[in-house]
Amino acid sequence: MHQQTSETFDRNAREALADVQLRGALRNLATTFGGRRKEAIATVEDWEGLRDRARAAKDETLAHLDKYLEQFVGNAEKAGAQIHWARDGAEACRIVLDLIRARGASRLVKSKSMATEEIHLNAALEAEGLAPVETDLGEWIIQLAHETPSHIVVPAIHKSKRQIAELFAEKVGIEPTDDVAVLTGAARRILRRSFAEAEVGISGVNFGVAETGTILILENEGNARLTTSLPRTHIAVMGIEKVIPKFTDLDVFLKLLPRSGTGQRLTAYQSLITGTKRRPEDEGPEELHLVLMDNGRSRMLSHPVTRQSLACIRCGACLNACPVYQQVGGHAYGSVYPGPIGAVITPQLSGLKQSAQLPYASSLCGACREVCPVKIDIPELLLHLRAEVTEGTAAGTAAQHGPVKSRPLERLAFGLYARAWSSPTLYLWGARVARLLQGAVVRKGRIGKVGGLLAKLAPPLAAWTEWRDAPPLAPRTFREQWREEQKR
Amino acid sequence: MRVSLFITCLIDQLWPSVGSSAVEVLRRAGCEVVFDERQTCCGQPAFNTGYRAEARRLARRFIEIFEEGGADYVVSPSGSCTAMAHHFHELFADDEAWRRRAEALAARTYEFGGFLVNVLKVEDVGASFKGRVTWHDACHGLRDLGLREEPRRLIRGVRGAEFVELANADSCCGFGGTFSVKYPEISVAILDNKIDAIEKAGVRAVVSGDASCLMQIGGRLTRNNSSVKTMHLAELLASRE
Repeated sequence: MHQQTSETFDRNAREALADVQLRGALRNLATTFGGRRKEAIATVEDWEGLRDRARAAKDETLAHLDKYLEQFVGNAEKAGAQIHWARDGAEACRIVLDLIRARGASRLVKSKSMATEEIHLNAALEAEGLAPVETDLGEWIIQLAHETPSHIVVPAIHKSKRQIAELFAEKVGIEPTDDVAVLTGAARRILRRSFAEAEVGISGVNFGVAETGTILILENEGNARLTTSLPRTHIAVMGIEKVIPKFTDLDVFLKLLPRSGTGQRLTAYQSLITGTKRRPEDEGPEELHLVLMDNGRSRMLSHPVTRQSLACIRCGACLNACPVYQQVGGHAYGSVYPGPIGAVITPQLSGLKQSAQLPYASSLCGACREVCPVKIDIPELLLHLRAEVTEGTAAGTAAQHGPVKSRPLERLAFGLYARAWSSPTLYLWGARVARLLQGAVVRKGRIGKVGGLLAKLAPPLAAWTEWRDAPPLAPRTFREQWREEQKR
Repeated sequence: MRVSLFITCLIDQLWPSVGSSAVEVLRRAGCEVVFDERQTCCGQPAFNTGYRAEARRLARRFIEIFEEGGADYVVSPSGSCTAMAHHFHELFADDEAWRRRAEALAARTYEFGGFLVNVLKVEDVGASFKGRVTWHDACHGLRDLGLREEPRRLIRGVRGAEFVELANADSCCGFGGTFSVKYPEISVAILDNKIDAIEKAGVRAVVSGDASCLMQIGGRLTRNNSSVKTMHLAELLASRE
């Protein structure tokens, strides 16, 4: 398999579609997660109202992000946390690395975090000989297999039980079994040891409450609780958009996130962490370091359309609902953020030059917008980015990392279309000419697979007819029929 | 009531019978139907592919044409193209005058089925059809315009037609405009889920409100030599058998 990047989305997708194992793993995604989500949201009285409140809280935060960040930082520091600002991923990685080195630590545990995936923190630490142990079961599996997550919430969704059993047999040295209890038991045994030895715990953050300086981490396995409480030092990496104004806002988000993500009313664990431990006899880490990371977020903030990307709470509901993701899975996107939200965020993080395909990797069906708990208009964002791709203008996204590859033929085609379709005469004569020409390809009232020269001259027609018949142009257009009717 | 018909390019060129069916049903429902022959396309292909200048050009034309003629409403047998007319204002974010014109036009522009049920308050248009039919929710009619029950009520009003709900009726057929030829393999993989559901429904016809979805679904059905046929809602409602 080739190196999967967002630049090669088309190739990645074709490979994914041919991967029988992957398609089996993805088959039940929509029904299981989509179905559980539906059941879970039915337990809330006013789901729509809740979504509106969540979005309003996010909009308020993003409109005054500087103020809320300042408040958050002030209160977190008061509670004993140390704050580090990172402009980009490289800086965030360096900060974490320096903190670990300064403590002479080498045994590290880590809980699941998209922010650290985004900046490839593990790779940066491994390059310095400091590999943290991933303690979320899914992430641990991925780490053992030397792969990347393929889903925001369920990182190993692409793997079958059998593959995991084989992986455990090879890496952990247990007898191959499909007994889930035995597999998780083995993982627990090994991870417990890592927890007990760990000197530094690394986590992400789901929400940072400005009013109290508290961070909230949601999870189901208890591993994040252990990661953030057992080691002497806790380092939490968070995007600057994770701040929310009030503690009571959590009421809204705690109802929305677990229901949207896994279809749970609430995750098994919610860790609320405010600073470090106060007295020697208290439990918890002695040091808490919060790494507040920008990494492209200020740029997203600067435009009213792209700003809504920052409202995302990383629930993954749009992935589960997306017909494209359901077919190709997460790796095809070549980014830690796959699916509809990934198609929107990735180009804004890594530049449209590398990710120009992603905004087009959608049928614009709107299923993502329908399930998004914070009402992000993902189709609107996709269209915004598509316009940036063709215009090469943009509020920074397109220009960043170099210009987008131009598409002269497509541009020409749309230019001609806009011109011809602006003239009823050209439009009509175009139809008449096409009607004359189509005789060469219409068989039994339809256009079957076209090949040869025509396929080369008209790639869209070839792409269409490879798997689908195309309808022939009607002998008379509606307008011709109408005109005749008016004459009578 | 005077209704100005917007016939989409696909319908004009490929299925003019959908247009004449829409005319017949609207007349039956008591409307005076006018059709401005200068109309061509709403510009959606350009808009959805990122060519805003081209889309803007066609949108201005569309607005100018449909502002004239003194019709009370603009009606189109397409959820997708109607939704495009509702999106026009986004093309004029920096142009107050055009934005107002776009918004004013959008406010009286309706999708065919939604217009019958919500404006004319008609659910029985006197149609009859023999056999079992099912409905595919075209995404833009459903999610951009919020039309879920309207087409179902109209189909239930057709004498002789037995309506069955399609499994995952509201999931995409995989068309997506240029998506269908930019990523044909993905488009068809999505489509095949839809085809499976249609075949399992055991129907004579699958009905939808958008010619584009019907082109996608129908193209695969005929390629598979299926006996199920595709029908536009307007055709079903004009049917008398």
